[in-house]
Amino acid sequence: MPTQVPWLIFLLPFASFLLIGLVLRPFLPKYPKVGGYVTIGAVGISCALALWVMSAVIAAPEHMLMIDDIQWAVIGNLNIHLGVMVDSLTAVMVVVVTFVSLMVQIYSQGYMKGDPGYLRYYAFMSLFTACMLGLVLANNILFMFIFWEGVGLGSYLLIGFWFHKPSAANAAKKAFIVTRLGDFGFLAAILILFANTGTFDAEELYKLVAAGTLTGSTLTWVAVGIFAGAAGKSAQFPLHVWLPDAMEGPTPVSSLIHAATMVAAGVFLVARFYPLFAHSVEAMLVVAVIGAFTAIFAASMGLVMNDIKRVLAYSTISQLGYMMLGLGVGGVAIGIFHLFTHAFFKCLLFLGAGSVNHGSGTFDMRLMGGLRKAMPWTYITFVIGSLSLAGIWPLAGFWSKDEILVSAFSNNPVLFTLAIITVFMTAFYMFRAVFMTFHGDYKGGAEPEHGGHDEHSHGPHESPLVMVFPMVVLALLAICAGWVNVTGGFSALFGHGGGHGEAAAEVNLVTGFFGPLSHPLPLISLLVALAGIFLAWAMYIKKWISAEKIGSMFKPIHTLLSRKYFMDELYENVIVKTILYNGIFKVMAMFDADVVDGTVNGTANGAAGAGGMLRKLQTGQTQLYVLTIAIGVVAIAVCVFIFG
Amino acid sequence: MLTLGLVHFLILSAVLFVIGLFGVITQRNVIKVIMCLEIMLNAVNIALIAFSQYIVPTALTGQVFALFVMVVAAAEVAVGIAIIFSIYRSRESVDMENFNILKW
Repeated sequence: MPTQVPWLIFLLPFASFLLIGLVLRPFLPKYPKVGGYVTIGAVGISCALALWVMSAVIAAPEHMLMIDDIQWAVIGNLNIHLGVMVDSLTAVMVVVVTFVSLMVQIYSQGYMKGDPGYLRYYAFMSLFTACMLGLVLANNILFMFIFWEGVGLGSYLLIGFWFHKPSAANAAKKAFIVTRLGDFGFLAAILILFANTGTFDAEELYKLVAAGTLTGSTLTWVAVGIFAGAAGKSAQFPLHVWLPDAMEGPTPVSSLIHAATMVAAGVFLVARFYPLFAHSVEAMLVVAVIGAFTAIFAASMGLVMNDIKRVLAYSTISQLGYMMLGLGVGGVAIGIFHLFTHAFFKCLLFLGAGSVNHGSGTFDMRLMGGLRKAMPWTYITFVIGSLSLAGIWPLAGFWSKDEILVSAFSNNPVLFTLAIITVFMTAFYMFRAVFMTFHGDYKGGAEPEHGGHDEHSHGPHESPLVMVFPMVVLALLAICAGWVNVTGGFSALFGHGGGHGEAAAEVNLVTGFFGPLSHPLPLISLLVALAGIFLAWAMYIKKWISAEKIGSMFKPIHTLLSRKYFMDELYENVIVKTILYNGIFKVMAMFDADVVDGTVNGTANGAAGAGGMLRKLQTGQTQLYVLTIAIGVVAIAVCVFIFG
Repeated sequence: MLTLGLVHFLILSAVLFVIGLFGVITQRNVIKVIMCLEIMLNAVNIALIAFSQYIVPTALTGQVFALFVMVVAAAEVAVGIAIIFSIYRSRESVDMENFNILKW
């Protein structure tokens, strides 16, 4: 494989961004479709190259390719290189990112059809994808940070894509500011690392950690700082509040954010610096605990949401918690494997939600119902995605979730309990969404979230082929993406043994495939998931149990959940308004007005006052001056006599 | 018999200087101030010549200086009187107290 290939993976979407932004949008605004084709072409080629890189990495010894660096800057003794790092983690990430992005771009052609910002949309999408690819390819923590912020910028632009809506503009700001809190930790970690090691290079850092140069509390703080950045981007508790609001963006954007780019960045970052985490017990514990807590915390909120995208948003937060838990208790392979499978089915589910919106014009599940007859393809693919997310054998989600559960079980029973409860909740809320959306009677719908195709706003209808096609492809992957690790191939890529503990030694495809069903742990998780689905079925299809009754019976809990544990209120009213705005900022304002301004004005006033007093000495009486001089001379003479 | 030494001349010079200075500071009439100024200059001349005579008798440095001072003083009086006339025409006064437009 030529060494330029990994570079091209990043450069093609970036070139597409420049081409659309600088050429197509100013000069060819009449042909917006060209922008879509340019993006799809660029990402498509990137995807093909990514698969090439993947095959090269699989073939390479130790699954690691060396790519030459480019010297970027020399500052004193510091030599900053710009280079790409191609290991198994990078290979998996570039494949996921380019593939999911490609599917989303194809889908967007149908979804964004007729939107006045069509070209802008594709320009931003290219930029977003390019930054994410840059992040996963960079071999240098400094460049990771640059692309990391680039991803943040892309998400800001895309969440606020319909910036004329105040809610979208606010959501974009919220996403940017909340993730920035985490980025502060990341930046601090970079500075601590640099102060202690003097290098930005990831592989150098691995070596230093392995050699024991970087240990103890420094390492823990660095790891926690990196994790803070990751928690911001990956919406881990307590920085998860931006993700549900990010639903204000166009649905394909949500799909991309949730599946491959933005939120995956955090998990990727922890995986990239996994050697640092692995040497710090405390940091690993932080990752695992935050992950497990986020998983159950977000899932509980997903139980009561009525907006289909919000259900999916909380589901994403919950699944990201799983990935962090997987990283914390298991290892890179386990966390990234879940990221890998999750990318496909979560992207699919969001595209399905977008398709539902396209057909019925709303995201509110209470206004939907009975859509399975009108939208058969959307229905089937959405159910596949939900089954996969719920972790039903043998779909993709089962395999990755099972590995996390296994390692959590062997690591810490509390974390395992949280995880298994989350499995139940996940199955329940996903099938609650499925039943409310696709079963029962159609309840009217509403206007679609974007204008431009009101020619068919009469009744629900199936989406066009460009939207259905990516969903079908992703549905196939949602079924079989998990099979790559049936024989432990995926884990082996990361230098681990087989994924299924005792079954590691010699698994062939058949025993690997059916093996989990003969072990108690996977069976339990499977039964728990099925129980969740059954409960949703009983409540929303058979109506044996009335959802409203339960809601009113546990009114405080229901309110707590549907108000998102009052986290938004806590942040906005208590932290922002009271502590920051009325507290710290007031003190700062007073400090600025009184102390800083006071010093400046005081100096000026003092000088003016002194001048005002001193000028009185200038009487204009020449004789007074003469007298003063005479006294002065006498005084000097006296001094000379006495001291001289 | 009294022999005159350097000290006597210097005492004379100092006395004259202080008298002049006193006049310059206290007199209201600007003509008197100019006159007192002349007394101060002459006090300095005496001191210069006395130093020259008693310390380096062969060189005439002090005497030459005194001549210069006299010349400059004559010129200064001419200019000074002219300025006083000019001020008198505009202010109708030779009182130093009224010459105070250079104040703040």
